[in-house]
Amino acid sequence: MAKRKTPMLDELENGKWPSFVSDIKQEAEKRKTSDIDFQTPKEVCDDLLDLLELSFKDREGHWKHGGVAGVFGYGGGVIGRYCDQPEEFPAVKDFHTLRVNQPSSYFYKTEFLRQMCELWERRGSGITNMHGSTGDIILLGTTTPQIEEIFWELTHNLKQDLGGSGSNLRSPNCCIGKSRCEFACYDTQEACRNLTLEFQDELHRPSFGYKFKMKFDGCPNGCVASIARSDMSVIGTWKDDIRIDQEAVRAYVAGEFKPDGGGFAGRDWGPFDIVKEVIDLCPTHCMAWNGNKLGINNRECNRCMHCINTMPRALRIGKETGASILFGAKAPILEGAQLSTLTIPFMPMEEPFNEIKELIGKIWDWWSEEGRSRERLGELMQRKGFAKFLEVCEVKADPRMIKEPRSNPYIFWKEADIPGGWERDIKDFRKRHQK
Amino acid sequence: MGYDAKNPMKDRITDIGPRDYKEFLPPVIKNNFGKWLYHEILEPGVLVHVSESGEKVFTVRVGGARLMSVTHIREICDIADKHCDGYVRWTTRNNIEFMVDDEAKLKPLMEDLEKRKFAGGSLKFPRGGTGAGLTNVVHTQGWLHCHTAAIDASGVVKAVMDELYEDFGKMRLPAHVRISLACCLNMCGAVHCSDIAILGVHRKPPMVDNDNLSNMCEIPLAVASCPTGAIKATTVDDKKTVAVNNDKCMYCGNCFTMCPAMPLADAEGSGVAILVGGKLSNRITAPMFSKVVVPFLPNEAPRWPQTVEVVKKILNTYAKDAKKYERLGDWAARIGWERFFEKTGLPFTEHLIDDYRFAYTTWRTSTQFKF
Repeated sequence: MAKRKTPMLDELENGKWPSFVSDIKQEAEKRKTSDIDFQTPKEVCDDLLDLLELSFKDREGHWKHGGVAGVFGYGGGVIGRYCDQPEEFPAVKDFHTLRVNQPSSYFYKTEFLRQMCELWERRGSGITNMHGSTGDIILLGTTTPQIEEIFWELTHNLKQDLGGSGSNLRSPNCCIGKSRCEFACYDTQEACRNLTLEFQDELHRPSFGYKFKMKFDGCPNGCVASIARSDMSVIGTWKDDIRIDQEAVRAYVAGEFKPDGGGFAGRDWGPFDIVKEVIDLCPTHCMAWNGNKLGINNRECNRCMHCINTMPRALRIGKETGASILFGAKAPILEGAQLSTLTIPFMPMEEPFNEIKELIGKIWDWWSEEGRSRERLGELMQRKGFAKFLEVCEVKADPRMIKEPRSNPYIFWKEADIPGGWERDIKDFRKRHQK
Repeated sequence: MGYDAKNPMKDRITDIGPRDYKEFLPPVIKNNFGKWLYHEILEPGVLVHVSESGEKVFTVRVGGARLMSVTHIREICDIADKHCDGYVRWTTRNNIEFMVDDEAKLKPLMEDLEKRKFAGGSLKFPRGGTGAGLTNVVHTQGWLHCHTAAIDASGVVKAVMDELYEDFGKMRLPAHVRISLACCLNMCGAVHCSDIAILGVHRKPPMVDNDNLSNMCEIPLAVASCPTGAIKATTVDDKKTVAVNNDKCMYCGNCFTMCPAMPLADAEGSGVAILVGGKLSNRITAPMFSKVVVPFLPNEAPRWPQTVEVVKKILNTYAKDAKKYERLGDWAARIGWERFFEKTGLPFTEHLIDDYRFAYTTWRTSTQFKF
């Protein structure tokens, strides 16, 4: 029976920021008075709070390590979770997580959300994450017998599948894209959905040595963090000229439009100074302002987005758009954190996205062949070298892929590239050179 | 009709993927897909996007705890049904966005959102998270759901955001500030490129449960899991197990991930490290990693006062000292790290000097320092 004495957690009900403690409490209270035919313990939220209070007191977590849970035929999407004090907190004895693959950019109709709420209230804890770090809707806490039931209802009634976990392709994710952003250089939502559907097998059934993430950013601003958080980062870009509306530029200079769409309004930074704030901050110094007209030497532009972000009413991305593809980002475990490395400077991103799919195939074959257990792609790239990676991708080396050329001369030549090869006769050498 | 445990494969549906986002786009979004010309922030948390068709979409962005009950989600649905024709979305940083197609619909929506509070008094839908300010914190599960957590997540985030609440709804900072939290080094929510990162760390090598290890773990996997080679197979009291060379251990916890019989979290050993100066955007400067500036702060449930204080101190020093458009890491790089520690008042200790794989690349190899 739930006791729910939570003096430490209660402290987190104070303050202005939305309190997750208050929210779990409201769910706990609702379950008490509800006449729903609950398939999970009615006290699940009470025990969850009590258990969390114990963690706050002990300053240690109280979940067991792992535990097998899943749906038949899938090797991902469900994470087994068991409490390490089941006698004291029986309602959260087993408290498994389901990852539900989010629709591109987290747009919802309330009808769908209500269906999900009804299902998760009846067959789960009623507690979710909107959303998990990788992107999925996270349904937090249900019992083992409920997992197949939930999966059945999800797929049949909500027409919705689980996401990835473990050594699978994880649920791909994208920024808001062309839905509501003028900076989107390709349709991130469609790319995300198309590739998610293409690789359902890899997403549900572990076939890799470790996890693989892909994320789709519409422009170099990187709102979905692909360059830091995904093994494959697809970042929108353009090849031609930034489109300039000179009249709108003058309106910014005249103070009629606010820089960054008004994003600096909370402080008095003084009048907008186009030279100080745009021209001089351009990282490649490819811009000029003559008091009346803005000039951009587009060939020298590295598309950092600063001028476009600052004057969105005057400047627009170019028309010849596509994406740069980078590989190998990851968090520190094990060999240290990595950002993705530019591999394909430009690729058009149009349906059916065959070019990128072929590239992914080549990379997965190599990673499956050469990768060690729990070795992320970025670590394999480091171990085998970027030149090898380019060979796998069948891409020619390009100075755009590096920050600078190597400073050591330890070049791994290929024997075939050296006249005469490496096999030589030492006796022949001795004829010319005495010992 | 439903799942039949006796016949699990009957009518089974698999591999259908997520729902099609196109079903979920509000009409004003659908009609102007790919046609947006520009956007403006009308006030903190309120955006207008203008299409080449002349149509506009008005967005109200509100913060939320990432953890949400179905009761709370239903309340969000009620609001969306009432004001937004039944459409709503979330952002990549746990904010909720309500969109309307007419400016006249903005005020009633905003008033409705403002008045809603949880029973304990906190706001359900604080408005903000736009422009040169602080947006919502991305974070991990913490003690609420994870077995490897060194710190709590939701609790620390709540404590930090209560204190920095004003900056969520103001745009007074020199540039965007992104705070992220990961409750252990696994970083299921990666924080290594955040302006300010709160990271759960351990300081004690794993305990070895010799009695149970061989039943719970694959010994070769446990040995191979260690990046510093600190683990070797051994036998204790005739039981196969592993031994840990404590001097080589850097407390990453990777062995525990592979082997449940090697737990390492505890009340004194585990706590918070603070990293600063990372970014993801390519704007002006390239994306960069966050750097460790506080090696350890204790787990101080329920409100982590030292952690909150350090975050606040860093944010306020940056806000005062940085130039317009300068991200936290760009500011630190410009003034120099010696000045960063001087201005923030944070102590610099040997713990902050790298000694892992690429350590040398971070040492000063010039005489260009400041006294």
